[in-house]
Amino acid sequence: MTINLKTIKHISKLSRISVDDKKAKKLEGDLNLIFEFIEKLNELDTDKIEPLTSIAETTLKFRTDEVKSKDIRNQILKNSPEKNEDFFVVPKVVE
Amino acid sequence: MSEITSQTLTELVKNIKQKKISSEETTKAFIERGDKSKILNSYITEDYSSALSKAKNFDNKPNFDFKLPGIPIAVKDLFCTNGVKTTAGSKILSNFVPTYESTVTQNIWNEGAILLGKLNCDEFAMGSSNETSFFGNVQSPIHKNLVPGGSSGGSASALAANLTPITIGTDTGGSIRQPASFTGTVGLKPTYGSCSRYGIVAFASSLDQAGPMSKDVKDCALLYEIISTYDEKDSTSIDFKRNKYSNELSNDIKGKKIGIPKEYRVDGMPKEIEDLWTKGIEYAKDCGAEIIEISLPHTNYALSAYYIVAPAEASSNLARYDGVKYGFRSKGENLIDMYEKTRSEGFGAEVQRRIMIGTYVLSSGYYDAYYLKAQKVRRLIKNDFDEVYKKVDAILTPSTPSSAFKIGEKTNDPISMYLNDIFTVPVNLAGLPAISIPAGVDAKGYPLGLQIIGKAFDEQNILDIAYAMEEKIAFKNKITDWWIK
Amino acid sequence: MPKDKSEYLISRDNNIYEVVIGLEVHAQVTSNSKLFSSSSTTFGSEPNTQVSLVDAAFPGMLPVINEFCVKQAIKTGIGLKAQINKRSVFDRKNYFYADLPQGYQISQFKYPIVGEGTIILDMPNGQKEVGIERLHLEQDAGKSIHDMDPQNTLVDLNRSGVALMEIVSKPDLRTPDEVSAYIKKLRSIMRYLGTCDGNMQEGSLRADVNVSVRIKGSDKFGTRCEIKNVNSIKFMQMAINYEANRQVDLIEEGKTINQETRLFDTKKNETRSMRSKEDAHDYRYFPDPDLLPLEVTDEFIEKLKIDIPELPDDKKKRFIDKFKLSPYEATILVSDIETSKYFEEVIVNSDVKLATNWITGELFAVLNDKNLEITKSPINAKNLSKLINLIKNGTISGKIAKTIFELMIDGDKDPQKIVEEKGLKQESDPKALEALIDKIINDNREKAIEYKQGKVKLFGFFVGQAMKISGGKANPQLINEILKKKL
Repeated sequence: MTINLKTIKHISKLSRISVDDKKAKKLEGDLNLIFEFIEKLNELDTDKIEPLTSIAETTLKFRTDEVKSKDIRNQILKNSPEKNEDFFVVPKVVE
Repeated sequence: MSEITSQTLTELVKNIKQKKISSEETTKAFIERGDKSKILNSYITEDYSSALSKAKNFDNKPNFDFKLPGIPIAVKDLFCTNGVKTTAGSKILSNFVPTYESTVTQNIWNEGAILLGKLNCDEFAMGSSNETSFFGNVQSPIHKNLVPGGSSGGSASALAANLTPITIGTDTGGSIRQPASFTGTVGLKPTYGSCSRYGIVAFASSLDQAGPMSKDVKDCALLYEIISTYDEKDSTSIDFKRNKYSNELSNDIKGKKIGIPKEYRVDGMPKEIEDLWTKGIEYAKDCGAEIIEISLPHTNYALSAYYIVAPAEASSNLARYDGVKYGFRSKGENLIDMYEKTRSEGFGAEVQRRIMIGTYVLSSGYYDAYYLKAQKVRRLIKNDFDEVYKKVDAILTPSTPSSAFKIGEKTNDPISMYLNDIFTVPVNLAGLPAISIPAGVDAKGYPLGLQIIGKAFDEQNILDIAYAMEEKIAFKNKITDWWIK
Repeated sequence: MPKDKSEYLISRDNNIYEVVIGLEVHAQVTSNSKLFSSSSTTFGSEPNTQVSLVDAAFPGMLPVINEFCVKQAIKTGIGLKAQINKRSVFDRKNYFYADLPQGYQISQFKYPIVGEGTIILDMPNGQKEVGIERLHLEQDAGKSIHDMDPQNTLVDLNRSGVALMEIVSKPDLRTPDEVSAYIKKLRSIMRYLGTCDGNMQEGSLRADVNVSVRIKGSDKFGTRCEIKNVNSIKFMQMAINYEANRQVDLIEEGKTINQETRLFDTKKNETRSMRSKEDAHDYRYFPDPDLLPLEVTDEFIEKLKIDIPELPDDKKKRFIDKFKLSPYEATILVSDIETSKYFEEVIVNSDVKLATNWITGELFAVLNDKNLEITKSPINAKNLSKLINLIKNGTISGKIAKTIFELMIDGDKDPQKIVEEKGLKQESDPKALEALIDKIINDNREKAIEYKQGKVKLFGFFVGQAMKISGGKANPQLINEILKKKL
C-alpha cells in the first residue's frame, strides 16, 4: 500500500494539521517507509482471531449517580488562551 | 556516610529517619548538583525554591512513619503536578500549569516526598532517545553526546547523574526500560492496570504505564509499592491484592523456571548483546534458577503491531490539543485555520508523523486491514506468553539491541529508531510487567541491560529475580561527572 | 397536500412518489450527573459552571461510567420491547469542533447496549408498528454561541458529557403525521419510565430526520438526506415536506440527489446543505481504550424489569378492558404519564365516564387555552373528583357544574364550598318541581296544547322555562320526566 500526496493531504485535513507541499513530500517518504514495515502483518492469517481490545480481563466498573464536581469555572478557564470570565473563545466557524 | 547524592533511596530514607541528615540538607545537595549539571538538560522545570521550603517544613515537623520522609524527587514531565508547569516535552503545552495532581505523584507526596522538578522527555512520550523534546536534547551522564534513551530520557539522565535519588517514568513501548538500560539504572514497567493513569498525559491508552526508575532493585520495589494503587478515577485500573513488595523482597530464586525465547535472537544481533544474554543466563543458573528454552512465535510481528496501535490511539488522544481550552494557540482566520496552524506549530515532526499514521490506520477503508489486524496480532502475542507461562515463571532477554548511540545518529532514520524497542514492545502489547537491570558494558564501556518479563500482576517474582541477579552481577555504574567542570 | 392524511404522496405529471422517513432521536437521559463524569446535568445554569476537568478534556483525564445512565438506557430498551445486549462497547467518534473538547465523542458504534424493538402508533386509520433499529448511549456536546460576539464564537461546556440515548428507527415512517405520532409516543414512553423528560424546548429531545423518496410501489430505497437537529415536531413536518419536494423536483429534472447532511432553516422554511460537515464523515470509530467493555447480567436486567411501571400500551388496554373506555378516549388519557396519573387519581372515588368527559373536554380546553401542562392544572385532581361526585349524586346539574368549574379555575376552590356559598344546589325535590312545572304549563296553556297536537319541538321551550324560572337549579332529568308525564 503506497501512500500518495493526495492521501497525505486528506489525512492532514482529518487530523487538522496543515501541510505545505514540501512537508507533504517529506511525510510521503517517511510514511511509505513506515508502512512497508507495518505491512509485515499481512504475513499472518488472523481470520479466526478475536481482537484484543482490553488487556485487563475485567469489565467496566460503575460510578454512582452523585454530583461530586463543584463549580470550578475559574480553574477550567484559567489556562484558556483567550481570556474571558465565562466562556471559551474561538474564531468563528465558516459555514 | 557517603555523599548524599550518591546514596540509594533506601540509604537516604534510613539516614533521614535516623536524623543523620535533614530533609533540607538532602534537598540542598540535589539542588546544588542539579545547578552544576544544567548542560545535561535533564530538567524542563526546576521547582527548587518550593522544594526547599517544603523540606524546611518537613524538618520542623518531621513524620518518620512516611515511607519517603522528606525525600526530594524529580519526575518525568508527563505527570500533571498541581501548580507546577507540565509540558509533556511539547510546545503545545509549554505554558500549561495543571490545577490538579496525577494519582501516581500524589501517592508519592502522600508518603512525605518533595517535588524537585519536572524532567525532560520525548514529546508526548514519542521517541527512544529524548531527541524529540521541544526543550532540547538530553545528554547522557555516561558520556558526552550520547543519548540517554527515551522517552523517559530526562528521568534516566537525572537518575544516573545523581540529580534525584529515584524517579518515575512512563513506558508505552519501552520508555522506562530502554533508557534504564542505556544509563546503567533499574527501570520497571508494571503490569497494565496496576498504576493509575489518571493525571498522566496520555499517549497510547492501552499501553501506557507509569513505573519506577531507580539505582537498585530494592529502591525500585519500595517506590513501586507506593505508586501501585487501585484508582476509581481510572476505569482501566485493576483492583488486585498488592504485596508489600520491598518488605517481601527475596533473593532466593532457587527452582524458579526462567524461559529464554529463541525468537529474541534476532538477525544481526551484536555479539556483545548475545554475550551479555549468555552471561545473564549463567548468573540466573548460579542463583539456582532453571533455564528453559521457549518459543514466542509472534515476536517478530510485535513492532509492526505496535506502530499501528500506538499511533492510532495517540492520534485520538492528542485531538484535545486544539488551542481551545489550554496550551499554545496560533492565530487563525477561522476555527479550522486556527486548529491547523496551532497543531502544525505546536507539535514536533515525530508527533505529527505518528498522528498521521494513526489517523490513516483508523480511516475509512483501512480500519480492518490495519488497526483491527494489529489488535488481532496482539491477541496472538498475548497467547504466546500465556502458553509459555504454563511452563516458566519468568522470561529473560536483553533489554535493548545495542548500547546508547550518539545524539543525531538515528534522527533521520525512523525505522532504525523504532528498532530500539524490539525487545520491549511485546511486553506492552501483552500488558505484562518487566524490569530492566544493568548487567554489563559494551566495548566502549557503555551500559547494557537485561530484561526480566513476568506474569501479569506477578511483580514480586520479577523483583525477586532481579534482586538475586543484581547481587550476582554486582554492576557498578561508572559515572565520571564529565559535565561538571 | 392530499386530503387523506393517512397517505402522504407527491405527484408530478405521471409519477407518484412516496416518502420514506427514518428518525434518529437524541434523548437526554434524566440523571443527576453526566455519563462519564460527576458534574451536574441541571439545565440553564451559568455558563461553564457544570464542567469538570474530565468534561473539559484536560490532559490525563479519564472517563468513569455512571451506572444509573446505563440503567436508564436499559429501561428505555425494555419500554421499546427491544433486545438488551448484555455486552456492549464504547467507541470513540473522532472529529473536531469547538464544543467537543476531547476531539472525539464517546459513543457506541458496533455493539450498542440495546438492539431491535418496536413502537406502536395509534393512527386514525388503525395501529401502525414502527421498528426500532437500536438504542445506544453517547455523550452530548457543549454549546457554541455564534451571535454574542461578532468576531468569535463562545463555547459553554455545561452540556458537554451529559448522557444521551440515541434511538434509531427503521425507515418505516411514511407521513408527517406518523412522524408526529412517533415522537409523541417515544416521548411518552420515556416520560412514563422517567428516563427522559422529553422537554423539546430545553433540548432534552432532538431529532435528525432522514428523508428519501421513491416511486410508489418500488421496494428500493432512494438516496437519503439527513436533516440535523430539528427540535420541534412542527419543524420536523415542515422540513420533511420541503425536503421531499426538493428531492422529487431533482429526480423529475433528471438530476442526482447527493447523500448529504442538511439543516432546516426555520426562518426560510427550507433545508440547506451543511458545508462544514463535508469532510467529517470519516469518524474513524474504534473502541475507546480508556473504557472496558460494558457487561450486564441477566439479574441486573431482571431487577430493572421489575421496576418498570405500567406503560402506555398496557395502560390503554387496561382502561379499555376495565373501565370500558373507547380506544380513542383511552389513547388520549394514556398519552402522557401526568394525564394518566391525574385521571387515575380522579377516578379513585368518582365516576369513570364523567371523569373521562370532564378531563378530555373541559379540563383540556382550559389547559390548552392557558398553555399549561396538566401538572400545573388550576384545578387539582381531588377537587375535580369532588365536582364529579356532586354531579353524580345529583347535588348539581351538569350545567351548573360548568359554572362551578369556571369559578374553580380562578382559585382551585373546593366545589362543595362554592355550591354552599353561591347556593347552587340543584333543586331535586319532586314536589317542588311538580309545582313549578304545573305553574309553567298553566302560564303557557296555548303552547301546551300545541305540543299535545304534535309540535314536539316545544318540549325544549318548557325545559327552557323551567330552567329560567328555577335559575338553572332545576334537576334536568326530573324536569324531563315530570314534563313528559304532565304534557
